[in-house]
Amino acid sequence: MSCDCEKKLEAEFSANTVDLSLMDGVIDKFNRENGNLISVLQDAQEVYGYLPLDVLKAIADRTGNKRAKIYGVATFYSQFRMKPRGKYIILTCQGTACHVNGSDGIADALCEELNIKVGDSTSDWMFSLEEVACLGCCSLAPVIMINGEAYGNLTPKSAKKIIKDIYALEKGAAVNED
Amino acid sequence: MKIRIGFGSCGIAAGAKKVTDKFQQLLADKNLSIDVSVTGCIGMCFYEPIVDIIDETGVFTYANVTPDMVEEIIEKHILKGEPIQEHIVSTTQEPYPQLKNQVRIVLKNCGIINPEKIEDYIANDGYKALNKVVNEMTPDSVIEEIKISGLRGRGGAGFPTWFKWDAAKKSKGSEKYVVCNADEGDPGAFMDRSVLEGDPHAVLEGMIIAGYAMEANYGFIYCRAEYPLAIARLIIAIEQARDKNYLGKNILGSGFDFDIVIKTGAGAFVCGEETALIASLEGERGMPRLKPPFPAQSGYYGKPTNINNVETFANVPWIFINGGAAFAAYGTKTSKGTKVFALAGKIKNGGLVEVPMGMTLREVIYGIGGGIKQDNEFKAVQMGGPSGGCIPRALLDTPVDYESINQTGAIMGSGGMVVMDEETCMVDMARFFLDFTVKESCGKCTYCRIGTKRMLEILDRICVGNGGIEDLDTLQTLCTSIRDGSLCALGGTAPNPVLTTIRYFKDEYLAHIEAKKCPAKQCKPLLTYTIIEDSCKGCTLCSQKCPAQAITGELKKPHVIDQEKCIKCGNCVTVCKTKSIAVE
Repeated sequence: MSCDCEKKLEAEFSANTVDLSLMDGVIDKFNRENGNLISVLQDAQEVYGYLPLDVLKAIADRTGNKRAKIYGVATFYSQFRMKPRGKYIILTCQGTACHVNGSDGIADALCEELNIKVGDSTSDWMFSLEEVACLGCCSLAPVIMINGEAYGNLTPKSAKKIIKDIYALEKGAAVNED
Repeated sequence: MKIRIGFGSCGIAAGAKKVTDKFQQLLADKNLSIDVSVTGCIGMCFYEPIVDIIDETGVFTYANVTPDMVEEIIEKHILKGEPIQEHIVSTTQEPYPQLKNQVRIVLKNCGIINPEKIEDYIANDGYKALNKVVNEMTPDSVIEEIKISGLRGRGGAGFPTWFKWDAAKKSKGSEKYVVCNADEGDPGAFMDRSVLEGDPHAVLEGMIIAGYAMEANYGFIYCRAEYPLAIARLIIAIEQARDKNYLGKNILGSGFDFDIVIKTGAGAFVCGEETALIASLEGERGMPRLKPPFPAQSGYYGKPTNINNVETFANVPWIFINGGAAFAAYGTKTSKGTKVFALAGKIKNGGLVEVPMGMTLREVIYGIGGGIKQDNEFKAVQMGGPSGGCIPRALLDTPVDYESINQTGAIMGSGGMVVMDEETCMVDMARFFLDFTVKESCGKCTYCRIGTKRMLEILDRICVGNGGIEDLDTLQTLCTSIRDGSLCALGGTAPNPVLTTIRYFKDEYLAHIEAKKCPAKQCKPLLTYTIIEDSCKGCTLCSQKCPAQAITGELKKPHVIDQEKCIKCGNCVTVCKTKSIAVE
C-alpha cells in the first residue's frame, strides 16, 4: 500500500532547482567527523540560505537515512527554513520582557513598513520578517535582530526608521555599483 | 591608562561598537597609543554602553556613552586628567550602589576581564582550581567538596549537583560524557548568555573539573543558535585552553584527558529538558525520553552522561578556590550560595544581579532593581518562564530560595524575573505563556500537545470578551490533566502560569468574563475609545490616521468616534498630541 503523504509533505518544501555539488563539502565533513544530522542541515542551510527539497533528498541518499527521518528533523526545529529568504532577516523577539514592553506594536509597525505579514519576505527579496524565541537582551526590550545584530529600546517609529535606513544604504550601494 | 568597553550582546545593541570605533578613530587621529579592550556584561544593562577609563588612581565608569561624548572624554579625562563627574556612575572609591548588596561568585569576572584573553582569566585565579583538583584531589574528594558546598542545579529544578556527579561516577562504562546545557530558552532570562559572553573560561573550568570527578573524557556544550556571540567566544576560549593544556591530553601533567566540543542548537525550547537535549545531540528530533534510565546511567548514545546548567558549572571553580564551606556560608538552610537573576520588564535598573539565596524579592526588585519604571505600581513578578508563575505584591517579602518560591506556585527556574506593573494584563500574560507552550510542545504526549491548545483557545476567548464563568473550571481541570499526563517538565509545568494567575488575580479573569473589561487596558477588543471634548483641539490628525474612517469632525472642533466603525486599533491614541482620547 502506498499513500501520498510524502507528496503532501513535499509540497511544503521549495522545489527550486539548486546546484547540488555545493553539498559535497558538507557531506564530506559529515563523513569525516561522524557528525549528526542537525549539523548537516545547519551547514546545508548555511550554503543555500534555506533547505530546498532536492538538498533534503540528497542528504537522505548520501547519509544513508530515510527521507522521512530527514524531513522529521528538518521540520522539528524552528531554525530550519524550507523557503528562500530575503537578504536581511529580521527576527522579532517573542520574549516576556519584549511582550510587556510592547513588542506587538513593533511587529505591526514592521509589517506596515514592509507591507508583508510575519513569516513572509518582501517581493524584492530584501527582507524576511520572522518571529524568534527570546533573544536574551531583555533589558533593552523590545528588541529585534537583523542579520545577527540586535537593536533595542525600539518604538514603532524607530523600528520603521531602521528599515528605511537599510533601504537607503542598499540604494546607495546600488548607485555606487553602477 | 587603559580604556575598557562593555561588549556583551546588550552593550553592542545599545551602541558599544560605534563608541569603540569612535575611540579608535580619535585616538589614532591624536596619535595616542592607549589600549582599548573589550569586556563582557557587568549586568548594568540600563547603563550601556559602558566605558571604563582605568588609570593609576583607579577605574572610572562612564554610562550611556554616545559617540558624541568620546571627544570630550579623551580631551578632558585622558589628556588633562579631569574626570567628567556628571557622566560617571562608578569609581573604584565609590562603586555602583547597585553592587552593594550583591555577592558576585558567578559574575565575578563579568564586565571586568576580557573574555577573549585567557591571560586575563588566569590573572584572576583562573584555572587555579583545576590545577588543585587534578593534581591534589581524588574524584571522590571533589564530589565530597561539592556536597559540602550544597550547590544545587541552577537550571531550574534545583537537584543537588553532587548527587548527579556521584551517580555518573558510579555508572559502569569507560566512555562518559559531561554536557553543559546552554540552551537557555526561557523567555525573559539571559543569565547564561551573559556568563558565556563575559567569562567563558569559568564554564570550561567547571566542566573539566566535573569530567575529572566522574572520570569522563568528553564534554559537549549545547548552546542555542540565538546566541552567536556566546558561541564565538566559546570557540576562542576552547582553543586557548587547548593551547595551554587545560584541555586535551594529560592535563597539567595529571594523566587526565578531557576535551570539549560545541554543538549548536537548532531552535527548540524542549531541548532544555535533559533527555530531549541528548536526543538532539544525537541528531534526532528533540523529544524527551522516559526516565529511568536516567542520563547518569544511559545518556548520549547509551553512555553515562551528566548534564548541568551553565551557571552551575560557573560556580565550581570558586568552590575549589575558597572551599565548599565558604560557599555554604551564603544562603539559607536548603539553598546555598548565590543566584543570578535577569531583571527585566517594567523595572528601572534592568540587568543581571547576583544575590545570596534568601534575599527577599522586595530587596531584589526595589533595593537593587530600583523599583518600577515611571514609579508605577508593582503588580507581579514572573519567575520561571513558561514553567513558572506570577508572584503578586502581597508575597514580595518571599525569600528567594528553591522551597519558598515553589510554595508561591512559581518556580525558581533558571533566574528570569520579569517585573509587571498595573499596565500588564494577567490574563494576557497567561495567554502569552500558553501560546509559547503550544508552539514549543514537541507533540509526543497528547495532553501537552492538545490540552495546551484547548487552554489557549479558552484564554483567547476570555481576552476578546467571549469567555464564560464555566471556563475557569474547565481551565483548572485541564491544568490537572496536563500536569499528570505529560512525560517531561515542559508539559508538567505548563499549567503554572495559568494556575498562579487564577490564584492571585482571579478578579482580572472575572472582569474579562463578567464585565467584559480589561482592567489593565491591554486587551484591545474589550476597550472603548472616546474623544474628550474639552481637550480636543480638532487638529484632524486622528481622523486622518484612522484606518476605519471611524473619526469625524470639523477642523478646530471636537471630533467624534463612531463606535460601530471603530476597530480598536489604538492609532488615534498614538497620534493624538493633546492626549484627548479616553480608553476605558
